[in-house]
Amino acid sequence: MGFDYGKYIRPGKLPHIWCPGCGHGIVMKGLIRAIDSVGFSKDMTSIVSGIGCASRLPGYVDFCTLHTTHGRGVAFATGIKMAKPEMNVICVGGDGDGVAIGGNHFIHACRRNIDITYLIMNNNIYGMTGGQFSPTTPTGAKASTTPYGNPDPPFDIAKLAIGAGATFVARGTAFHAAQIDKLLAEAMRHKGFSVVEILDSCPTTYGRRNKYKSVIEMMNHLKDVAVPLSAAEKMTAEQLRGKVITGVLYKENKPEYASEYRKLVERVQAG
Amino acid sequence: MISSFERHGAMEKKKPVVLVNERYCKGCHICVEFCPTSVFEMRGFTAVVKNPEACIACMQCELRCPDFAVTVSQ
Ligand SMILES: Cc1ncc(C[n+]2csc(CCOP(=O)(O)OP(=O)(O)O)c2C)c(N)n1
Ligand code: SF4
Ligand code: SF4
Ligand code: SF4
Ligand SMILES: [Mg+2]
Repeated sequence: MGFDYGKYIRPGKLPHIWCPGCGHGIVMKGLIRAIDSVGFSKDMTSIVSGIGCASRLPGYVDFCTLHTTHGRGVAFATGIKMAKPEMNVICVGGDGDGVAIGGNHFIHACRRNIDITYLIMNNNIYGMTGGQFSPTTPTGAKASTTPYGNPDPPFDIAKLAIGAGATFVARGTAFHAAQIDKLLAEAMRHKGFSVVEILDSCPTTYGRRNKYKSVIEMMNHLKDVAVPLSAAEKMTAEQLRGKVITGVLYKENKPEYASEYRKLVERVQAG
Repeated sequence: MISSFERHGAMEKKKPVVLVNERYCKGCHICVEFCPTSVFEMRGFTAVVKNPEACIACMQCELRCPDFAVTVSQ
């Protein structure tokens, strides 16, 4: 028997706006299954986003949702967690939203280790605005703003998160659909800033310009590049060239910001 | 004609029922491609269930459809 997504989707909101074969729909289903498995209630769960195709996600799901300004989802999510630490706060968005315009909010949320789960749907492009390159567009790839190939090296979002202080960092792909909810559920259970990067596909503005002939080719590419951490540990640097390591990449327990801030307030008020 | 005995036998096997909601389907081909037993085919811009008998209830189609268009029930 399949999963009943209907109980978490706002009535009348489907079909969603995403293009045929866009991975965002697959990721949204994973997020719903994850929330269901950890048992977060609708009233106590806030889903926040910035702007972009990925950031349209909160409009479809029946939780306390907030669709904000470009790159600022994490800042609004921080505000919610500080004001109502008892809420389960989840922020979602794209690569452009999270590591281009929102990059500064991102690194500082990692540094503070505030208890938010941050889902980044990384399709390596600005999908919504017609395919401009993002900080995760691979070197050499074509975008509307890099018609001769992208000269920039890309960010590794997971490494960036670990370097900036996030205490839970995981990576999956839209092809490995059954793993998405497992990674997100573990991230939600972790107390601290948890980053889950899902390698995603934008057939419309990225696939067409690059070498992908179809939605299926993009999905199979995700399948081919992903190497689970356990397998990667036994591989040489040469064997890992061009591959992306998936799974829970980093986990650490450190003081959480909203709790530490409460303690500070109590200490100061006690005089 | 099927006897009630046979019908009972068929019920016991609990054949999976695969449905495509054509109002949601955007014709991405994902279910057609990733179903291991070729249950689906494309008809115009929509996926349709062509071989319901072949379904092994692996749930791949329901898991992967980006558009909430496929359901498999037993
Ligand atoms: C302040 C501001 N600058 C620029 C934009 C235009 N804009 C909208 S979405 C977007 C990029 C979205 O890319 P991403 O976050 O990767 O999401 P995707 O569409 O790829 O899912 C941009 C630049 C905006 N809405 N607001
Ligand atoms: S433009 Fe790209 S990211 Fe946006 S909905 Fe279409 S396929 Fe998805
Ligand atoms: S996977 Fe879903 S949207 Fe894509 S063709 Fe099949 S039913 Fe339609
Ligand atoms: S459940 Fe598996 S076998 Fe049945 S239609 Fe879906 S993908 Fe095919
Ligand atoms: Mg993007």
